[in-house]
Amino acid sequence: MSQKKKIVLVGNGMAGINTIEHMLKLAPNKFDMTVFGSEPYPNYNRIMLSSVLAGDSTVDDIVMNPYEWYEKHGITLYTGQTVTNIDTTKQTVTSDQGVQVPYDELILATGSNPFMLPLPGADKEGVIAFRNIQDCQTMIDASKKYKKAVVIGGGLLGLEAARGFINLGMQVDVVHICDHLMERQLDPTASKMLQEALEEQGMNFLLNKESAEILGEERVTGLSFRDGTSTEADLVVMAVGIRPNVELAQTSGIEVDRGIVVNDVLETNQPHVFAVGECAQHRETVYGLVAPLYEQSAVLAKRLADVETEPYEGSVVDTKLKVSGVDVFSGGEFIDTDETKAIRVHDEFSGIYKKVLIKDNQVVGTVLFGDTKEGSRIMKLVRDQVEVSQQDMNALLTGSQGNNSTAPTGLGTEHMDNADIICGCNGVSKGDICQAIQEQGLSTVEEVKNVTKASRSCGGCRPLVSEILEHTLGDQYTGSEGKEPICACTDYSHEEVVEAIREKQLTYVKEVMNVLEWKNEEGCSKCRPALNYYLGVVDPVAYSDDHTSRFVNERMHANIQKDGTYSVVPRIYGGVTTPEDLKKIAEVALKYEIPTVKLTGGQRIDLLGVQKENLTEVWEDLGMRSGHAYGKALRTVKTCVGDTYCRFGTADAMGMGIRMEKRFEGLNTPHKVKMSVSGCPRNCAESGIKDLGVVAIDGGWELYVGGNGGVKIRVGDLLATVKTEDELIEYAEAFLQYYRETARYLERTAQWVERMGLEHVQAVIEDDEQRQALCQRMVTALSVHSDPWQKAIEDKQVQKDLYEVIDAKA
Amino acid sequence: MSVTNEQPYLIEIGPVDELPQNTGKTVRVQGYEVALFKLSNGDVRAIENRCPHKGGVLAEGIVSGEYVFCPMHDQKISLSSGHVQPPDTGCVTTYPVVITDHKIYIDSRPLSKEVCE
Ligand SMILES: Cc1cc2nc3c(=O)[nH]c(=O)nc-3n(C[C@H](O)[C@H](O)[C@H](O)COP(=O)(O)OP(=O)(O)OC[C@H]3O[C@@H](n4cnc5c(N)ncnc54)[C@H](O)[C@@H]3O)c2cc1C
Ligand code: SF4
Ligand code: FES
Repeated sequence: MSQKKKIVLVGNGMAGINTIEHMLKLAPNKFDMTVFGSEPYPNYNRIMLSSVLAGDSTVDDIVMNPYEWYEKHGITLYTGQTVTNIDTTKQTVTSDQGVQVPYDELILATGSNPFMLPLPGADKEGVIAFRNIQDCQTMIDASKKYKKAVVIGGGLLGLEAARGFINLGMQVDVVHICDHLMERQLDPTASKMLQEALEEQGMNFLLNKESAEILGEERVTGLSFRDGTSTEADLVVMAVGIRPNVELAQTSGIEVDRGIVVNDVLETNQPHVFAVGECAQHRETVYGLVAPLYEQSAVLAKRLADVETEPYEGSVVDTKLKVSGVDVFSGGEFIDTDETKAIRVHDEFSGIYKKVLIKDNQVVGTVLFGDTKEGSRIMKLVRDQVEVSQQDMNALLTGSQGNNSTAPTGLGTEHMDNADIICGCNGVSKGDICQAIQEQGLSTVEEVKNVTKASRSCGGCRPLVSEILEHTLGDQYTGSEGKEPICACTDYSHEEVVEAIREKQLTYVKEVMNVLEWKNEEGCSKCRPALNYYLGVVDPVAYSDDHTSRFVNERMHANIQKDGTYSVVPRIYGGVTTPEDLKKIAEVALKYEIPTVKLTGGQRIDLLGVQKENLTEVWEDLGMRSGHAYGKALRTVKTCVGDTYCRFGTADAMGMGIRMEKRFEGLNTPHKVKMSVSGCPRNCAESGIKDLGVVAIDGGWELYVGGNGGVKIRVGDLLATVKTEDELIEYAEAFLQYYRETARYLERTAQWVERMGLEHVQAVIEDDEQRQALCQRMVTALSVHSDPWQKAIEDKQVQKDLYEVIDAKA
Repeated sequence: MSVTNEQPYLIEIGPVDELPQNTGKTVRVQGYEVALFKLSNGDVRAIENRCPHKGGVLAEGIVSGEYVFCPMHDQKISLSSGHVQPPDTGCVTTYPVVITDHKIYIDSRPLSKEVCE
């Protein structure tokens, strides 16, 4: 029997153990392994300390390889022992407790030490770093006794620590030397947005502050700054940076610069000594994130197992902030220069900012805030140095790629190689995931996460994992989480609730919540409007609407504005009005001193700034219906002039638009519905981005569905082509009714069409029998509509209950 | 108890029967606005009519049990303590409500300060 090769690993952390894991796979039973670790724990996921601190995980949860794992693989583990000496001639290592072990090959994976600012008072009790379980424990313990924490450092680590303190119920100041946070990952715009979001979570920032001294007797009581100011502190966490832990290598005669110097197969200048992870310096670079370390360990493992390997050539890194409620992603180059061009999306309403930098037609980096789904995908383009066009990038940023031929090549996971890494944090490749899905019959992201570890750490690759599931499983894939409850009040999904309403013939909101044993007896602002909607769809005739379960705009039939006033949008069918109506609108605006009169994007007139108590009179004076302009209902039907005036028009776009708007007025839908009619393929009414867009063609009409011009732009799909106006109405009825019956509340047609699949919707609508049945149910639904504004004008009780403002005399 | 001039800080609002259930009512008192609610269990609550987040009008929120959801950004606010529920933070002033002879009075001395801090 040949002697097994003796491998010794110094450093029981993420990079070292990852190397061992690879080696076990590549060449099981070939090695005799020994691991030394200073910390008294088995290998754990350091990244997840943030979530331990935030209270989302326990220390037990983050252990990656328990003691049994070492045992099972015959690995000798010395925890709580620090290696203090390496004899590179005799090839032995010695620990602080005198254990001496010989090696054939030695791996150094000693990680980094946190950088502690050399401030006066830095040795006081209560001044710590955030690096290991011990630090995390110290913070948790402190939160039970103390109130105020100060984190020095506004980078990734500092912010995650600060978020943890907030969850622990402490007040926290984040001190940062620059005037913007995470300046090494974010541009000023994203940084400001981040700051605002975190301030809303309760963090307090002291920017542009240079720390001077840590105050206090034995224990810290405060922190003073160079500018003479100071702040109180019961605990100070320094999160200002890390330094490769090179001491051991240095004293043992191994070449060290900033880190332990290694070549492309991770060899040091000493024979049989390798270094991997944060302690290593490769081509002038030291890394402080897991993904590159895992790339290194994969190469090193192959080298040690004598398997042929490509050299390690360095990594392009990306970062994701793991703070709940804030999505930030950054990777590659992120600051605009003369050589780069940027594609940007900046939506201040939704708090979304996305920037992709392009140099010579290649994507070189990105910053994403608010919506980080595309992060991993964009980074793949950066790493692969794919040439892309601007359209490709637009498509990627707006998320509209994937369903048509405009998808840039190499973007989808289906174009990835099996060896491509999906989860950078845990080094899981596409092949690993596919294999696990097939062999173990996995069907949800959660399961994939448990089996393969993919997306277990920072979660950035979750969308990719979900996409792989989708491709591998095809039709059997039901969505990333399997079942998604309506809200925290219940475990039932939308579909299950609708099912129960039908089966058990439930007839009012409270009853549904009772029978299905809602956890919150009276529900919340998410489930109640949904239930109210579903009940109305299931039995429109018998159901009486519960206005207390409606969002204010639908309860009041006017649109609340941020200052508490309302806006009224008189209905102007098809966008066609008359001088008389315009005059009336003008007179009302004057009489009620309406401050702003604006034309809307849907070709209507918006009267903004109406006082609550004037609403019913405004409606009465207008004598026109109002527009459902913010309801979950048909909003407007936009039209072009069509053949009435236009020299290109082939059909009566205005007439058709008016007919459709009258037909569907007041219809309750899962979300808002916008329509349009264009009189020829020039499409001046922009029918391609409407929930239902109609375009006249020679001898007929095309119906486009699932379009959206909002945050997530989506071009509609051609549902059907019909010949006559009547057929058009019939198809529109069937489509809308099918949407009403099968969409989840608050699901736009765009998402719904994607979820159901266009072909499926088409099949249903084109089937004569089904179409007619749908139309029939639509007729029933429409038959119960009455004009809510007229009711408000006539019914004194409604006026009193909803629109009255009491003036109380003191 | 009957309400008399001895309690000048009590402000009469109106008959309790006329207050609709589970929808807020806007009341203007001495230049500020109070949102008044009658809950499912019949209790009446009065809070400042502005959300501490960005000033949403709370009288128009959806009422569920002891809570109102702000119509602007959906923060959940306790009608009895005035506290914004986690993960959000903040607090609105609450006013004690007295009901005598089927009439609602609110106490103009807000409970706010101690509660909020
Ligand atoms: C709170 C926190 C959050 C993070 N979040 C992220 C994130 O979201 N994404 C990301 O990519 N990265 C993140 N990181 C960084 C990531 O954890 C590190 O890059 C990674 O752990 C480095 O792996 P390593 O094996 O090189 O070092 P380590 O995991 O630090 O392992 C080194 C080990 O060696 C031991 N050791 C050192 N010297 C000796 C010796 N002489 N003898 C015996 N043992 C020794 C140390 O005790 C340590 O356990 C985070 C780090 C922290 C602290
Ligand atoms: S869509 Fe055609 S008919 Fe309508 S205005 Fe444009 S060109 Fe004229
Ligand atoms: S203003 Fe109330 S939640 Fe934002």
